[in-house]
Amino acid sequence: MAKVVRSIVIAGNGTNCEREVAHACLLAGSDRADIVHIAELLKGRVRLDDYHFLNFAGGFLDGDDLGSAKAGANRLRHASVSGAPSLAEQVRQFIADGKLVMGVCNGFQLMVKMGLLPGLDGDFQQQNTTLTYNDRGRFEDRWTYLAVDEDSPCVFTRKLPNLYLPVRHGEGKFVAKDAATLERLEKEGLVALRYADETFKPSMQYPLNPNGSQGAIAGICDPSGRLFGLMPHPEAYVHRTHHPRWTRENSLPEEGMGLWLYQNAVNFVREEIL
Amino acid sequence: MANRIIVGLKPGVRDARGERVREELRLHLGIDLPRIRTIDVYTVDADLSDAELEAAAQGPFSDPVIQNFAINNPLACDFDLLIEVGFRPGVTDNVGRTAKEALQYLVGRKFAPGEAVYTSTQYLLNGEINSAMAERIARDFLGNELIQRWTIVSAAEFDRDRGVPTSVARVTSSAEPRVQNIDLQIDDDALMALSRDGMLALNLLEMKAIQAYAADEARIGRRTELGIGAQLTDCELEALAQTWSEHCKHKIFAAKIDYLDAEGNRQTIDSLFKTFIVGATAEIRRRQGENDICLSVFKDNAGVIRFTDDWSLVFKVETHNSPSALDPYGGALTGIVGVNRDPFGTGLGARLIFNTDVFCFASPFHKGDIPQRLLHPRRIFEGVVEGVEHGGNKSGIPTVNGSIVFDERFLGKPLVYCGTAALMPATISGKPGHEKSALVGDRIVMTGGRIGKDGIHGATFSSEELHEGSPATAVQIGDPITQRRMFDFLLIARDRGLYNAITDNGAGGLSSSVGEMAEDTGGFELHLDRAPLKYPGLQPWEILISEAQERMTLAVPPRHLEEFIALAEEMDVEATDLGEFTDSGFYHCLYEGKTVAYLEMEFIHEGVPQMVIPARWQPPSLDEPSIPQPQDLDSTLRHLLGRLNVCSKESVVRRYDHEVQAATVVKPLTGVNNDGPSDGPVIRPLYDSFAGVVTTHGICPRYSDIDTYAMMANAIDEALRNYVAVGGDINHVAGLDNFCWCDPVLSEKTPDGEYKAAQLVRANQALYDYCVAFGVPLISGKDSMKNDYQIGGTKISIPPTVLFSVIGKMQDVRMAVTMDVKRPGDLVYLLGRTSDELGGSEYYAMHKQLGTAVPEVDASTALARYRRLNLAYDEQLVASCHDLSDGGLGVALAESAFAGGFGMRIDLDKVPVEGMMRDDSLLFSESASRLLVTVHPRNRDRFEELFAADVTACIGQVEEQSELIIHGQQGGVIVKSALADLKEAWQATLREL
Repeated sequence: MAKVVRSIVIAGNGTNCEREVAHACLLAGSDRADIVHIAELLKGRVRLDDYHFLNFAGGFLDGDDLGSAKAGANRLRHASVSGAPSLAEQVRQFIADGKLVMGVCNGFQLMVKMGLLPGLDGDFQQQNTTLTYNDRGRFEDRWTYLAVDEDSPCVFTRKLPNLYLPVRHGEGKFVAKDAATLERLEKEGLVALRYADETFKPSMQYPLNPNGSQGAIAGICDPSGRLFGLMPHPEAYVHRTHHPRWTRENSLPEEGMGLWLYQNAVNFVREEIL
Repeated sequence: MANRIIVGLKPGVRDARGERVREELRLHLGIDLPRIRTIDVYTVDADLSDAELEAAAQGPFSDPVIQNFAINNPLACDFDLLIEVGFRPGVTDNVGRTAKEALQYLVGRKFAPGEAVYTSTQYLLNGEINSAMAERIARDFLGNELIQRWTIVSAAEFDRDRGVPTSVARVTSSAEPRVQNIDLQIDDDALMALSRDGMLALNLLEMKAIQAYAADEARIGRRTELGIGAQLTDCELEALAQTWSEHCKHKIFAAKIDYLDAEGNRQTIDSLFKTFIVGATAEIRRRQGENDICLSVFKDNAGVIRFTDDWSLVFKVETHNSPSALDPYGGALTGIVGVNRDPFGTGLGARLIFNTDVFCFASPFHKGDIPQRLLHPRRIFEGVVEGVEHGGNKSGIPTVNGSIVFDERFLGKPLVYCGTAALMPATISGKPGHEKSALVGDRIVMTGGRIGKDGIHGATFSSEELHEGSPATAVQIGDPITQRRMFDFLLIARDRGLYNAITDNGAGGLSSSVGEMAEDTGGFELHLDRAPLKYPGLQPWEILISEAQERMTLAVPPRHLEEFIALAEEMDVEATDLGEFTDSGFYHCLYEGKTVAYLEMEFIHEGVPQMVIPARWQPPSLDEPSIPQPQDLDSTLRHLLGRLNVCSKESVVRRYDHEVQAATVVKPLTGVNNDGPSDGPVIRPLYDSFAGVVTTHGICPRYSDIDTYAMMANAIDEALRNYVAVGGDINHVAGLDNFCWCDPVLSEKTPDGEYKAAQLVRANQALYDYCVAFGVPLISGKDSMKNDYQIGGTKISIPPTVLFSVIGKMQDVRMAVTMDVKRPGDLVYLLGRTSDELGGSEYYAMHKQLGTAVPEVDASTALARYRRLNLAYDEQLVASCHDLSDGGLGVALAESAFAGGFGMRIDLDKVPVEGMMRDDSLLFSESASRLLVTVHPRNRDRFEELFAADVTACIGQVEEQSELIIHGQQGGVIVKSALADLKEAWQATLREL
């Protein structure tokens, strides 16, 4: 039987980007990309177990009313599932099985606030970094240059050149609980993506670094590289016409740079998990 | 008892929100304080153990990395003054709702009825602030007394052990439900007093029609038998007032107008709406025959046109002016989430694909007094922008198009236009997706939010001018998340075929939604006591007409009821069976089994008497000003670029997510630095097709001061030239008209009503003439006719304003063209003739003049040009294209150049002109239907061949150096500006807002 890559995108309660994330998964070669409303999971009709690649998409979970993704993280932690292990337990198992998880924007906020990232010392419950209000105190939609750390264990950015992707958030400033945590992230290569200037030199300058993130951090992974979160939206650049200057830059390839992250994920599943 | 969980930032963590508040306080009120910090307060009014409270504070309510918390103790310290702002009882508290849900997950049980979480924010101010200043900061900046309340505490007064005293914003009411009967057999003065005092907004003619209905002997007999009583009930009178309101019934557009034109010709127009709007569309559809793109026009919540074989396009634009005047944030937020429900509730339901927004404000830099009950335009600006930001972004709908128009008269009433488009399957369960019908026996099901006193009298309130007694309950705060959950649920229900019809609860609440759907069956029976309430104490009439947000009404066949309700419950959405659609012929409401409203359907829907409005057109006597020829056109151009109506709106555009759904192919900002002003967006809503949606708009209220006919013609032309500029197919486009007028009905309050009514007639005549000439059917629209402010001796009427929006198709989004010049060496063409038409122009406005020569639109020439442009795009001949509007050729050249990052050398002598014109007039005239195009030299011959029959000229070339150089008609250089200087002038004005 052919190896079937199965991706899942969780929807509901203010998740907004589920359609484009599922589309990106399919374009990247995932055989299936199911958009599953969280109610289906809570009713036990769908189980994470059946998938290889879990996506937490962008949006405003519960309106980000208690701080970005806070209420969403609380739900995933505490909601019970009829006739099956709790969602928190299913996520733990998913990670233990060596599968892939990617959180984009609100999904990144969710992963950080659930403690799934950075997952230091195998602890996926303790929150020790956060994403909070942009220094400018406002939501912004703008495209950013992103420097890829080529030494990072991150599965998703493996062997990728630098990237250009949009950010669309009001709470994207990355803050670690203390200097030691930040240092560990840097040292262990967990900072897979940094906001940068046009020459891809990491930058603390607004608007290159749109939110004032510590260490210009735009995305981090766990030490295994299989869990990854980022504020920029890779699913928003999967085709040439997503690029803000496609009408003037004639040499742009047909595929967008964001698609590369999904291709890495799907290839990893095919080669290492199946 | 209630407990307070206080959450603040740890020492050393930057308080970006506090800094933003500090900066805005400086900009808004000119108060510059050294420091402002913020603290969140959750007042938990629920039976929880200490351990549970502690867990809540630690878990969902605080972020352990950056925040700390206290329970029932204060965190505030090191401040000079503390202001805590919370909501008044009954006002939607979204954060409080989310906090309650989070607590329920945490403790694993549901709250008891009446238990809730209320939120407030503490602002810790440092600096010298006296008590008057503190009150001003609270009232004019941090809070809005219509919806919020606050506590001001100085450092000296502050209780360091207990902090700010606990206050719970619970709605308390001991009112028993009671239905009042109202005696209508009273004299005319008393009838009018009843209308006025009860916020019914009905005129004498209408009150007398109701009086006559109530006096009918046979009817009284039947009512007595039924036990409802001879006199009408408050429910019935309120239902009639809402249904018959200007807002719902569009009585002015339906009126008989006695029109006298300037030549003394008298004409009776029986309904502007039927004559000019429906009339135009019918004529166009007839002419288009097989190529008719319309699927559903005027009859549903939004218009529907064809898109692809499998999908149809839905579009609606609404205004939310009056609420936005009182509470800009809540008004605009409610406006956007409100208009979302229109396309969603069209046909059997549609998925939302983008929002548009257009605002009309007074200058945010307004100096001088603000009349009573009005807010400073800067506050309106900030609040409205933030409301639309939250409404659009949180709902996951990209805001792709908009503009902001400035005129001092919008001080009296800001205009807030919000539009939403949607994609609908062409067929659903084998039937056309745009059709629906409730069936006899279907259950009336309400889903989404609950009913509260919020939004009571919204429809009647917006049918009047803003006056002293305008009710605060008309102000609401939208809740995008409750709505998003409901939409997620309903799309599944739609695809499972669980309902027969759907509509939204907007103006008039259940009374309107159920009343309208029941026209399909000819009656209904609605049990008001079954409706879920936010809090107890609502009277039956309040339940009936409350405009509480985020609700849809559906007709669910009894066999699907159980599945429908179960699905809702599973998805955390409330759905309640409220009654049944019948064929009784009666609008029938009950409360606890007792009939409280029993009106003939025909009377409530058709009984409103037609108004008769006099209109007399007399062109205003105006002169062409003589403006001295400027010595320095560089500085004139920079000035013009920096004017509010021209300058960059980037600071606003970036606050809107314009890319969510990954479909925005041409974005609102474009060019080499992603900051040039796009003429319009192109959307690719289907991932498996390159078919595109283009939407643009035109709006030119300044021309109304000369002639509303020209205003309307130019708005239509502006929308269409923007539309073709990005690549929209001129043969596949539909229009929406949104009229915002000042009261045009002659009365004591409006002595110039005849003129304003004539302005309305002329705008409608142009609407008909130009839509028919361009072949653009109207598919939906709205009017808001009472945009006046009248308190004491002050009256402010807005300039008559029509937003003309278009939506249409392009075959392949990869053919789209943006406005930025692309490369040195490209040739610059101007399409269309320039005439001495500066009347109402931005250039004249800069000199505080109006003038009289308003641009005329020649539709047949324009249409031929737009068709040719479509062909040029098909052949990929065009590198860039930008429409000429405010500021004319000069502004368009500058924008195209700095957006593209290349200079241009232009020769004005080459510009085709009508007669003789000065250089400044030529540069800044706003003659219609003109486009600035750049073309690669290799395409020159083919391009010129294509446009040979049109008025077209090559007027210059794109150049490597970053300068705009313009040679005057005499040959000398009249403009030589660095692009950086032009761009800076264009960007500086609103950069900090």
